[in-house]
Amino acid sequence: MTALSSTELPALDQDEILRYSRHLILPEVGLQGQRRLKGASVLLVGAGGLGSPLALYLAAAGVGRIGLVDFDRVDLTNLQRQVLHGTSQVGRSKLASARERIADLNPHVQVETYETRLTSANALEILRDYDVIIDGTDNFPTRYLVNDACVLLGKPNVYGSIFRFDGQASVLATPDGPCYRCLFREPPPPGLVPSCAEGGVLGVLPGLIGTIQATEAIKLITGAGTPLVGRLLLVDALEMRFRTVQLRKDPECPACGTREITELVDYEQFCGLEVEPATSNGVAQLTPLELAARLGRADDFDLIDVREPHEWEIGRIPGARLVPLGSLAEVLPQLDPAREVVVYCKSGNRSTRAALQLRAAGFERVWNLAGGILRWSEEVDPTVPRY
Amino acid sequence: MPVTISLPSVLAKLADGSKVITVEGATVGEVVAQVAERYPGLAPRLRDGDGKPYPFVTFYLNDQDIRLTGGFDTTVRDGDEVTVVPAIAGG
Repeated sequence: MTALSSTELPALDQDEILRYSRHLILPEVGLQGQRRLKGASVLLVGAGGLGSPLALYLAAAGVGRIGLVDFDRVDLTNLQRQVLHGTSQVGRSKLASARERIADLNPHVQVETYETRLTSANALEILRDYDVIIDGTDNFPTRYLVNDACVLLGKPNVYGSIFRFDGQASVLATPDGPCYRCLFREPPPPGLVPSCAEGGVLGVLPGLIGTIQATEAIKLITGAGTPLVGRLLLVDALEMRFRTVQLRKDPECPACGTREITELVDYEQFCGLEVEPATSNGVAQLTPLELAARLGRADDFDLIDVREPHEWEIGRIPGARLVPLGSLAEVLPQLDPAREVVVYCKSGNRSTRAALQLRAAGFERVWNLAGGILRWSEEVDPTVPRY
Repeated sequence: MPVTISLPSVLAKLADGSKVITVEGATVGEVVAQVAERYPGLAPRLRDGDGKPYPFVTFYLNDQDIRLTGGFDTTVRDGDEVTVVPAIAGG
């Protein structure tokens, strides 16, 4: 981070001195720290679950310039955790919603918005203008992109990630510290790890992790305390257990160690997305309308729902049999490989894995319902609730 | 040698809900293999088909990354704790 000398730091006006008085009386922040915050710029990649508390607390803390990267619109299913947005904003762009909320919270903050997906083509250019980068994205490809861009540009990457009840946080890519690839060299292959849309997430968890990221960003800017460099914080919200494990800079790391990675790569977009890609993996796809037609004709096939029982209770396709993905192996002997099988899940990710598992077990006619029950709800039966 | 292995909730689901499992083994690899044998549904989330670690699941022995101490060959002692940290991407 470029530290500004005290003569270059912006001054605070009277209104700001009053607004930040609880910071100014903390010796660890003080007038100097508050001026550093005002002189700092922070980029939030993602204005969702993690981005919400981040944007709110960093704006409230008086970070002078906040950039936001997102391309989504506010959806009703976001509001269980994305406290930056309100019910009146459903359907609007997240960035427009964020801009208004931040302006109301702290008009001294300059907000820059980038309504785009971060890609290898634009990442360096967008990140270049900021002192601190915060990873609040919801998918692996963007996380690797943010990390590699931070390493290439020499910017700190304030990392946070969540799933169900688990959270992780760290400060990565500082000059002497480890980067995300020192922790996880490569992303998991498509389909091995479910997305939050499929796996669920406790609504307050991004609040917990996002505020930890905001705390770390403020510490980096003000120089207060000991940043979470070289340590990975693991949070288990169910047991309310916080622990840290040691992260070491890996000399073999292709990003920050050997520096083999000299340009950005786009991994296949495979998770964290609302709609899964129409298949990959060679699994035959059936659209909801095709499935409805086949059910209407009473074609002879097995329809298998590979979701969890609590999802089955929310809604299901008539005629389906519930076999959660985790118990598919156990149930396999009861199924007839000679029969045709259609599998579905929430959005098509888990059922793709189920289809591959069935094929490996000798089932030859296996179809995956494209887009899962969400698309079924949209295109065939709107009485099945979206979730 | 009894060693405990701690799983995050995302993986505990595949181990009948157990977050802490006690197993016997002389190395981290043996400990992981024991857990994989006990919970076949969890096995492919811990290591690959050849029993090798994935680049997206990290193991810590008493808070130290095992990749720096010999990987799955790292020896374990009575009462050691192995923590499994899989990559998660939600935000």
